[in-house]
Amino acid sequence: MLQAQNITYRIGSKTLLQDVSTTFEPGKLTLIIGPNGAGKSTLVKVLCKQLKPAQGTVLFENKSLSDYSDLALGQRRAVLSQNVDLAFPLNVWEVVMMGRYPHFSIKPTHKDEQACEEAMRYFEVWDMAERNYLTLSGGEKQRVQFARVMAQIWYPVPGQFRYLIMDEPLSFLDVHYQFQFMHQVKDLLRQHPDLVVVGVVHDLNLAAKFADKIVLIHHGRVLAEGSKWDVLTPANIEAAYRLTPVVMAEEEKDSLNLFFE
Amino acid sequence: MGRFNKQYQRLYPVLVLLLVVVTLLSIRFGAVQISLLEMNSALSQVFSQPENLNLNERIFLEIRLPRALLTVVVGATLAVGGVLMQSLFRNPIVEPGLVGTSSGAAFGAALYFVLGSVFNFGTGEWTLPLAACAGGVLATGLVFTLAQSKETGKSSIVGLLLTGIAINALFLSGVGFMSYIARDPQARSITFWTLGTLSGANWHSVGIVGAVSITCILVALRHTKHLNALMIGEEEAQYLGVNLKKLKFTILLINVVMVAVATSFTGVISFVGLIVPHLLRLLQGSDNRVLVIGSALMGGILLSLADLAARLLLQPAELPIGIVTSAVGVPVFLLLLRKKNVYL
Repeated sequence: MLQAQNITYRIGSKTLLQDVSTTFEPGKLTLIIGPNGAGKSTLVKVLCKQLKPAQGTVLFENKSLSDYSDLALGQRRAVLSQNVDLAFPLNVWEVVMMGRYPHFSIKPTHKDEQACEEAMRYFEVWDMAERNYLTLSGGEKQRVQFARVMAQIWYPVPGQFRYLIMDEPLSFLDVHYQFQFMHQVKDLLRQHPDLVVVGVVHDLNLAAKFADKIVLIHHGRVLAEGSKWDVLTPANIEAAYRLTPVVMAEEEKDSLNLFFE
Repeated sequence: MGRFNKQYQRLYPVLVLLLVVVTLLSIRFGAVQISLLEMNSALSQVFSQPENLNLNERIFLEIRLPRALLTVVVGATLAVGGVLMQSLFRNPIVEPGLVGTSSGAAFGAALYFVLGSVFNFGTGEWTLPLAACAGGVLATGLVFTLAQSKETGKSSIVGLLLTGIAINALFLSGVGFMSYIARDPQARSITFWTLGTLSGANWHSVGIVGAVSITCILVALRHTKHLNALMIGEEEAQYLGVNLKKLKFTILLINVVMVAVATSFTGVISFVGLIVPHLLRLLQGSDNRVLVIGSALMGGILLSLADLAARLLLQPAELPIGIVTSAVGVPVFLLLLRKKNVYL
C-alpha cells in the first residue's frame, strides 16, 4: 500500500502541493485527475521519491519511502514518466529488457527473457522486437514502454505488493488503444490482486469508466476523492475546470458520462 | 542485451584481428623497417642474451614496441572516455576534450615540467600523472560547476559545451604560458601539448598509462548496464534501480583519471573519443557493454593507423598525431552531423 500523508511541496515561494493526503490500495486502479498545473505530476514525482516534500511523508508499505534504496524500489515498483525518449538507438527488445535491470546483475536470465517476451506479447509489440525504437510511431513507442514497465514487475513477489505508477500513459494513443490499454490494466488487476496501479489521466470519461478510485487535484490540494459518483459531480467539475458539465448517469448500469458544451 | 543483437559476436574477432595487424604494421614501418624475423629474434633474446641485440632489434624493443603499445592503450582510453561521457550526458557530441578534461590535464602536466623540480611530494614517477589528474579534475570540475543552473541545479548540454570552450581556452593559454617560460625542451613544445604526439613513448609511460587505463576500463565495464538505463532518462534510470549520484560520480572520476593520465604522456589528441563511439553505434547499436569493449579495440586500431600515418607521411619528419586525427575526424564528424538523425 502506498500512502501520501500531509504532503506539502514548494519551489521557492510557490506551493505546488498543499497538505495532500491520499491512499493507493492493492487490486485497485486509482486515477489522478485535475486541470493543467494542478500539481498532478508533482504529486506523482513525490510518490516516486523523485521530489522530496517540504512537509509530510510518503509511506511505502508503512515505512517511509526515503528508507528504501532505488534498487529495492525498482524490484517491485515500475514508473512510467511522461515523454520517455531514447538518447541513442536501441531495438525494441533492448528497451523492454531495461525493465528487468533491477533483477539481474550482468546477463539477463531465462526468467528475465521470458518476462520480456510475455509482456511484449501482452501489449502486442512482440513482432517489433528487432525494430529500432527511434523509428516507431508515438503510439507504438508508448506500447513498448507499457511492456517495459510491466516486464519490470512481471512476477509476483510472495508476501509483497507490486506497484505501477504512470504519468499520462494515454497521451500518444488513439481511442482504440486507450480503451484497450485500460481494459488490459483492469484485466491485470483482476488476475493479480497484489498490484497497486496509479495513473494520471486527462479524459474524465475514461476515469469514470475504469477507475476504482478517483483523486481530483486542484491548486495543489485534494478537492475530492473516492468513487466517480463522489468525485465527478457538477460542483467539483465546475470548481476545478471552470466548465459546467452535462451529466449522463445511469446508476443501475454504473455508467457516468460527462459532456461539455 | 543479447538475443536480438548478436552482431557483436562477429564484431569482436574482426576488431581483435585488425588490432593485431595494425599494431604489427605500425611496429614494422617507420624511419627504419623492422622485419617479423627481427621482432621474433629480439623477443627471444631479450631475457637470455640482451647484450647480443643488434640495432634494429634494439629499436624494436626500446622504441617501436612501447610506442605501439602506448598508442593502443591511449586510443582505447580516449574512445572509451567518449563512450562514457556520451552516455552520461545522453548526447552523442560530447567527448573528454570538450568538457575540459584534456586541456586541464595538459596544464597540470605542463606545470609539472616547469615546477616539478621545485615541489617534491615524494610521489616519484607518479608525480606527472598525478599533476595531470589534478589539472583534469580541476578543469572538469570548473566546467560542471559553472555550467550548472542556479535554479534547477542541473546543467544543460549547451551550457556545458559553451563553458567547456571557455575553460579549454583558459587552460590551453595556461599551457601556452608554461611552455613559454619552460626550460625543458619537451615542455617547451606547444605543439606537443595542443596536437599530441606519441614520440615520447617508453616502457615507463606504457606501464603507468596501461595500469591506470585498464583498471578504469574494467570499472567502466561493471557499470555498462546502468549507463544503458540512462539512455531513457535520468529519472527513468532511477526507477530502474540506479543510484544516480553514485553512478555519475564514478563514471566522471574514472573518465577524468584515465584521460588525464594518458594526456600527461601524449598531449591533447582530439576527435578519437567522438568518432569511434559513433562508428560503433552505426555498426551495431548502442548497448554500452558492447560499446565499451568495441571502442577500446577500435580506438586502439584507429590511433595506431593515425600514428602510422603521422610517421610515414613526411618521412623522416614526424607529424603531430592530432593533425592526422583532426584531418580524418572532422570531415567524418561533419558528415554525421549533417544527417538529421544519424541513427535512423
